[in-house]
Amino acid sequence: MTFRLGLIVNPIAGMGGTVGLKGSDTPEIVARARELGAEPQAPERAGQALGAIVAANVALDLFAAPGEMGEAEARAAGFTPKVIGSPVEGDTVAEDSVRAAQAMAELPVDLILFAGGDGTARDLVRAIGGQVPVVGIPAGVKMHSAVYATNPRAAARMVLRYMQGGISIRELEVMDIDEAAFREGAVSAKLYGYLKVPYLPDLVQGTKAGGVSRDRTALAGIAVRIAEAMEPGRLYILGPGTTMRAVADKIGVEKTLLGVDLVRDGERIATDAGERDILAALDGTATIAVTPIGGQGHFFGRGNQQISAQIISRVGLEHITVAATMEKIASLRDNLLHVDTGDRALDARFSGWRRVITGYHTDTVCRVST
Amino acid sequence: MSTNKTGFQAARWNEALISELSEEGARGIVPPAVDAEIAAAVGDVAASLPPGARRAAPPDLPEVTQHRVLRHFLRLSQMCMGFDVTTDMMGTCTMKYSPKAHEHIARGAKLADLHPLQGVDSLQGLLELMYRFNRIMCEISGMDEFTFQPASGAQGIYTNACLIRAYHESRGDLGKRDEIITTSFSHPADAATPAVAGFKVITLMPGEMGFAGVDALKAAISDRTAGLMLTNPEDTGQYNPNIRQFVDLVHEAGGLCAYDQANGNPLLGVVRAGDTGFDMCQFNLHKTFSAPHGSLGMGCAAVGVKDFLRKFLPRPLVAEDGSGGYRLDYDQGEGIDKIRAFIGNVHAVLKAYSWVMSLGAEGLRAVAETAVLNNNYMLTKMRGMRGVTIPWPANNYPKLEQVRYSFEQMFAETGVTSHDVIDRMVDFGVQHCMPSHVPMLVPEPFTVEPGESLTVAEMDQMLAALQAISDEAYSDAEKAQGGPYNASTTRIDGDVPEDPDCWAFTYRGYQRKKPMWTSENRRKIERHDGGY
Repeated sequence: MTFRLGLIVNPIAGMGGTVGLKGSDTPEIVARARELGAEPQAPERAGQALGAIVAANVALDLFAAPGEMGEAEARAAGFTPKVIGSPVEGDTVAEDSVRAAQAMAELPVDLILFAGGDGTARDLVRAIGGQVPVVGIPAGVKMHSAVYATNPRAAARMVLRYMQGGISIRELEVMDIDEAAFREGAVSAKLYGYLKVPYLPDLVQGTKAGGVSRDRTALAGIAVRIAEAMEPGRLYILGPGTTMRAVADKIGVEKTLLGVDLVRDGERIATDAGERDILAALDGTATIAVTPIGGQGHFFGRGNQQISAQIISRVGLEHITVAATMEKIASLRDNLLHVDTGDRALDARFSGWRRVITGYHTDTVCRVST
Repeated sequence: MSTNKTGFQAARWNEALISELSEEGARGIVPPAVDAEIAAAVGDVAASLPPGARRAAPPDLPEVTQHRVLRHFLRLSQMCMGFDVTTDMMGTCTMKYSPKAHEHIARGAKLADLHPLQGVDSLQGLLELMYRFNRIMCEISGMDEFTFQPASGAQGIYTNACLIRAYHESRGDLGKRDEIITTSFSHPADAATPAVAGFKVITLMPGEMGFAGVDALKAAISDRTAGLMLTNPEDTGQYNPNIRQFVDLVHEAGGLCAYDQANGNPLLGVVRAGDTGFDMCQFNLHKTFSAPHGSLGMGCAAVGVKDFLRKFLPRPLVAEDGSGGYRLDYDQGEGIDKIRAFIGNVHAVLKAYSWVMSLGAEGLRAVAETAVLNNNYMLTKMRGMRGVTIPWPANNYPKLEQVRYSFEQMFAETGVTSHDVIDRMVDFGVQHCMPSHVPMLVPEPFTVEPGESLTVAEMDQMLAALQAISDEAYSDAEKAQGGPYNASTTRIDGDVPEDPDCWAFTYRGYQRKKPMWTSENRRKIERHDGGY
């Protein structure tokens, strides 16, 4: 059967960047960007990728979102796409990307090629989660997610390689920051979910965002190590992310990817726990196991605020396990870790060097900056 | 637009596996039948075997004619690169020319006909050579005793880990001291082998100079510290100038220090591990000492220790017998008994001995100096190449025998990766380069180690190939991304080389795993193993 490729372009992605607006998440920002003379970035970058795919001259059925959201770029590149859905009047909004992606997942297509930024990737998480693998053409202002190819040509290469077969799939992180806070100068990235991406580590942005682990063995080793060290009766507070999900898998319990789950005696006793749930469960001894966010290095205060300063203080700094693969450590600027618990005195106690678990019997030491 | 002016085209035989060449009844050699008289006298030779040792069915060996076997292996050899065929600067591997005179000596009957179990009386020449080379290695390294038992670099490093374990065990400290410290740019075996020996391993990350700082070491040291195991210069070609302080701090904490000198080429006659305070060290005779490196065979690591660790070395050691001859000392000591059978890959020792004797002390220092000079010639030229950067620009110390370059800029500007460059190099008739050991901390890494054997013309040949690829990346990126075109094989993509499900070391393993390799099945496996 001919390979079925979906195409979704978020035509307004990246508009804020050239005029210093740090994103284009709301209609107001897009309007402001137009006033400042911003040009859409995504159509051109999508065109570069599509051009490289056309040049390869391989048989594929292209399913494009309507109008500027893919159809126009596809036609410009020389494709005759099948159009999914009806054209949108005026600027597109997130719901248009979501609808297009859902329709493509229902067909289903074999792979979705999309052009956009972190907001677009979040829309895809919401629309299709892990149903269909994706390749991202980087075209946004914010590129904290690990799911993008490093550039449009690399995106084209990923599509072509995946079509050839023999390429496996990895779940990579979709992150975004609070644009309002970003405009105020504060960066606060949050993990929104995962998309499935063909595993071609040379071509995925990953290392900069710290999402790609070439070394599945290390992740499995971390999981076994933490699981083996678990003591009866002790409460384990497992933070978000694939590293902690691997730990949960090892002991045979379900894990919410983005939430904090509580485990005791091999049983999950709370799912997606909030601060109050954790405090209620916290009697006697407990261990917190967390992983830093790739690329930026926070292990408290970003995406796991439910593990509050009060909880951290009660558990005790000596009962906190920080785990990350060496690749993730390498993705951090100067190998620095960060905490932002909201309690400056507590943050200061983290300051200095900290052991980080990197595998079954392997550690490293990283400086914690507050 | 670049062009490949070399006209190079590798042999491409599409050769099947030897087992796939099998044809029932085909024979390479048909031995004459056993003489009837002998057969009658001996009877059924298999009858004396216990049933458990007897095969129910003959082994599934390939049946191939003699000339087809010859063609098979000659074809494979034609599809190989290496130092004897072309310019080879495989980083971290210390590729150098291995003089053929030494090969001839090693293949001669005087060595080849020896058996490891024959009496020492008839092994005196070999033992004398081993003993003399032991003293030479002590002089080169500042150690007091060597063993040549380990058959590979990693096995040598493992020996060091075992020596550290034996030392602490002898003092009743092993339960308490269970951590080895290493650095991220040391050879991965400095982390892997202590793990095999039962230690936990702490890896220090590089600071802004590209090597681990003293503060990081202090943060890792504790009363659990059993030892320090590292390479210096590291795989980046950078020498950690804090090394003496590292050794002192670990000693103060009660740990031992092991110097992995797989990167020892630039240090011959310049720095000695013993003088730097190390308690033990290891050299790869198949790298620095010119016993050939490659094909994962015939390796030999020389492991040296200070006197107080002599009793822990694997046995037997070659010793003087007190009457002008030599003996094998099996005295058990408190040691690790054996790393491998007998006294080592003696032909590698013989080649290394021949190499050292042909150079002399001054010659060895010239090796180190020439290797460093060649490397800095390459560095100077590579600096000006478009798309190439040198990591840690803050570090102005000279590089020693190799450099880990980065194609990060080229990748950002053209989409051409270091993997692409490496795959394309072969089209220019030169051996490809090593990107990096894992974990790959330098983006788009590329490690070049020219060694001392190469002439300026040979280095210029390599530079011309790299320059052509750089030009091509900026003018025709697609072409640069598609290599190799003229090589014996096409490129292998994705995670195939690092996925254990794709590895097959035997024909049976190959047959068992082959059905898993269709793209659909690989995707299914991935979903099934999602637990990672």
